[in-house]
Amino acid sequence: MSLDKNQIAQRIARELEDGYYVNLGIGIPTLVANYIPEGLQIVLQSENGLLGIGPFPFEGEEDADLINAGKQTITATPGAAFFDSSTSFAMIRGGHIDLTVLGAFEVSEKGDIASWKIPGKLVKGMGGAMDLVAAAKNIIVAMMHTDPAGNSKLLPECSLPLTGKGVVKKIVTNLAVLEVTGDGFKLLERAPGVSIDEIKAATSGRLIIEGEVPEMDFS
Amino acid sequence: MSKKVVQNAEEAIQGLASGMVLMFGGFGLCGIPEKSIEAIAQTSLNQFTCISNNAGVDGFGLGALLRKHQIKKMISSYVGENKEFERQLLSGELEVELIPQGTLAERIRAGGAGIPAFFVPAGFGTEVAEGKEVRSFDGRMYLMEAWLKADFAFVKAWKGDTMGNLIYRATANNFNQAMAMAGKITIAEVEELVPAGSLDPNQIHTPGVFVQRIFQGNDYEKRIEFVTTRKSKG
Repeated sequence: MSLDKNQIAQRIARELEDGYYVNLGIGIPTLVANYIPEGLQIVLQSENGLLGIGPFPFEGEEDADLINAGKQTITATPGAAFFDSSTSFAMIRGGHIDLTVLGAFEVSEKGDIASWKIPGKLVKGMGGAMDLVAAAKNIIVAMMHTDPAGNSKLLPECSLPLTGKGVVKKIVTNLAVLEVTGDGFKLLERAPGVSIDEIKAATSGRLIIEGEVPEMDFS
Repeated sequence: MSKKVVQNAEEAIQGLASGMVLMFGGFGLCGIPEKSIEAIAQTSLNQFTCISNNAGVDGFGLGALLRKHQIKKMISSYVGENKEFERQLLSGELEVELIPQGTLAERIRAGGAGIPAFFVPAGFGTEVAEGKEVRSFDGRMYLMEAWLKADFAFVKAWKGDTMGNLIYRATANNFNQAMAMAGKITIAEVEELVPAGSLDPNQIHTPGVFVQRIFQGNDYEKRIEFVTTRKSKG
């Protein structure tokens, strides 16, 4: 059984370590916040100027001055900090954020990522994605293994304009957890019930399989 | 009364001329200088180059200037949520330069801080790098990026005093603090204007030296782009 979006987020949450400062992108990455293991102190950064993203406000308590990078109303956790955009990206560029999780259209076996522009479609802009992928110490891409038409999103080379070159370290898809080694996608874990052959068929870039590949552990 | 205090946005924008380079603080609609934008929309000035992280929504924020065809070029990191913007872009009426958000913020800060250029990793190996100087530092590749400055910078703060000192609130700070430094003339609009000495000097975000004109805006709309809530406590 391939994973749904919530299960992808749940698997990524297992990568969190106590004390991490984390930036979560829009889409599946945002869902990771719902699965932070109890007992870990994780601080979520929003690049528009907040460390300590809290849950959505209760109805009637929305504050127009307090939004996340997706422009949604949010709250701030106890111990939160506000700051300006240049300080925010100093945190990101300076390597002070431990983990970035973001979505992608395509990832190459060399760790290139394409996530912001589809030629021929209207271009809305890269926002903070290029800054985040170029600078974060650790980047996990959260995405479906294939596009809706069934084409692999794990490629020898990206076909779309790049967001960053050689920056992705790990990918969690609906089928697998993979490490980007520079030589190819090393298969680390399979989604429960998904065979290696299914993953091979859905991966157009070079897939590296060494020994027994375990199923993901959700226990 | 300080010479910086003006009565309203109309008075604040004196000297604004067609073709100028303008900066507008804000992220989405959060922390935008709505009163200054409304006043500019009342003029017949146009051909502006606008530096702003986003481009407002249809008819509000910078969308109000777009609707009146007052903007020639936008310099932004993300420009979704605006149909009139799309239409003008596709028809070729509007030019757009897209810049990674952190690079945009730092180029503005550099403009205010007197730093003509600096190196960043964002965009290396992408189309953002085209035509830019590339250099290696400690084995990694970086792009040279230049400062950005404006003829007028429009910022919005929560509180300000008659000396031009500003305090922002929550995530409404965003691009305002850097832009306040980067305008030849910086115009600050505040929700509450207080006499000098009323604000705690320890809490000032933008020291008054960066601000040339300040006024208190009334009846802020502070529109929310996406209201998201959880169920009430019951």
